[in-house]
Amino acid sequence: MSPVLAARPPSWSGFGFDGNWDVVWHYTVVHLRITSLALLLGAAVAFPLGLAGHRWRRSYPAILGVTSVLYTIPSLSLLVLLGLGFGLGLLNDTPLIVALAIYTLAILVRNLVEGLRAVPDSVKDAATGVGYTPLRSLLAIELPLAVPAIIAGLRVAAVSTISLVSIGGVLGRGGLGFLFFEGYRRNRTSEIIAGIAASILLAVVVDIALILTRRVLTPWTPARAAR
Amino acid sequence: MTTAATPADAPAENAAIRLERLTKTYPGASRPAVSGLDLTMPRGELVALVGPSGCGKTTTLKMINRLIEPTGGTVWVGGVDIRTLPTHELRRGIGYVIQQAGLFPHRTVGDNIATVPKLLGWDRQRIKARVDELADLLRLDRGLLGRYPAALSGGQQQRVGVARALAADPPVLLMDEPYSAVDPIVRAQLQDELVRLQHEVHKTIVFVTHDIDEAIKLADRIAILNIGGILEQVDSPAEMLRAPRNDFVADFLGDDRGIKRLSLMTVGDASLSKGPVVAESASADDAQSTMAKLGYDWVAVCDGEDRLRGWIGAAELDGVATVGELTPEPFRAVVTADTTLKAALDGIVTSRTRVAMAVDADGRYLGMLTVDDLAEGIVA
Repeated sequence: MSPVLAARPPSWSGFGFDGNWDVVWHYTVVHLRITSLALLLGAAVAFPLGLAGHRWRRSYPAILGVTSVLYTIPSLSLLVLLGLGFGLGLLNDTPLIVALAIYTLAILVRNLVEGLRAVPDSVKDAATGVGYTPLRSLLAIELPLAVPAIIAGLRVAAVSTISLVSIGGVLGRGGLGFLFFEGYRRNRTSEIIAGIAASILLAVVVDIALILTRRVLTPWTPARAAR
Repeated sequence: MTTAATPADAPAENAAIRLERLTKTYPGASRPAVSGLDLTMPRGELVALVGPSGCGKTTTLKMINRLIEPTGGTVWVGGVDIRTLPTHELRRGIGYVIQQAGLFPHRTVGDNIATVPKLLGWDRQRIKARVDELADLLRLDRGLLGRYPAALSGGQQQRVGVARALAADPPVLLMDEPYSAVDPIVRAQLQDELVRLQHEVHKTIVFVTHDIDEAIKLADRIAILNIGGILEQVDSPAEMLRAPRNDFVADFLGDDRGIKRLSLMTVGDASLSKGPVVAESASADDAQSTMAKLGYDWVAVCDGEDRLRGWIGAAELDGVATVGELTPEPFRAVVTADTTLKAALDGIVTSRTRVAMAVDADGRYLGMLTVDDLAEGIVA
């Protein structure tokens, strides 16, 4: 049973917006799901990489170098490489999610390490001096203080991921990207506009959600310092 | 008071610190930062480690809570060789105050103060009671406890830093240049507060500073270190100022050693001279002869209850019958028994009569201080 037959995606009907709102909604949800999974996967890999880069200073340039090189691979090539070369297949979202996660690494790792490095020495000195073990200091003092930088990284990664998801449209996937490609192929302007507008809106909403998350997590930062 | 199983609870009799042949050579350094330092810090005293940059004073301090590991020698805290304790347990039992306070920016003032009690696993109510108690002790408004450190002034942050260090009531407090980042006015306030606080809490305090005046003001005992952590002299401030052991110590104390000693002594320590004094009811002739006898061209006037009114110049006495007919000029320098001799000297040199007049709490005249009286006090 092929996945294409199992879940036939809703498609655009006619040349206007009427009757197509649920189609836009469907692809927005798919778009958000792919974005979220890519970010989660990226964060899950970036977190230990960043901690390692912070803990072992000499490993950091190498970690940064590898993630930066990965970032320069053209997206379509990476997608095909993952789908065919690594056998993830092209008719599901997995290669797309993995590719997008790889692109988030460069920014997420960098921001985590910079955030940890920006914790003032006096604060770390005090934490050690009052009797925090290194692990407790990391968890209770240093990581919370790195949250603004971590979320700043997540915001950039989220917005760029949302725009990159659409590349999957080439393969008939990619959430809202599907609407651009299909709209273009069938010469339906309304479908293209709907796809673009929805993905911009999604990016704005996700960005605002992350800003609010940061506000909730870091009540100690002055409000106007929110980046 | 605290009962957790940490060195904080070692019997108070043993709470002093002893450094024995303490040495630190940093990797790759040709000379040790601290070499063979022997120093005993008696219980309940504030010992200031003072010296120029590179004298190893901060290194020495940080070897006491093992933020820096010695390469030789032993540190005893409360009779315990600190190497026998896990470092985090040792540190929870030693208060630590640093420059710029080092408060945790993401925690409220109250949570900052509660840091060590939380690490020690105190229950919530006990922590809250202790935090309130410390806020009162440090004269921090309890309304600040829910704020974040960024909302506090530098002086308030430093008070919170001290409260955090005292939270689990450790017998020993390490203070590493705690006041060097605040402005001079706030610094003087914080120093006065530390003196008051120490009267209440009687901790053994190791205080690192490069400011000899701060050390003189605060310390029971000053240890002057030379480059490479060599101990040049350890003595009470007064004794050190009186008899510096060598040129290095004398230079470090500065070329105003005598004046600094005056800041440690009060009018009550000095011997007062009688001075040219007459009552308001005295005749002009009496006043003239009092001046002439003591060699002054002015005379001090007291009322019927011996309260100091002011002074009258010789020229004004012409043509009056009694001193009381004239309005005396108030003295510029009126001092009491607890005025420092340094302040008295300032009054002497800035007043027209070149004297400081000592009175008791009710304003009754006690005697007079001149530069000569002060000089005798310093030489003695």
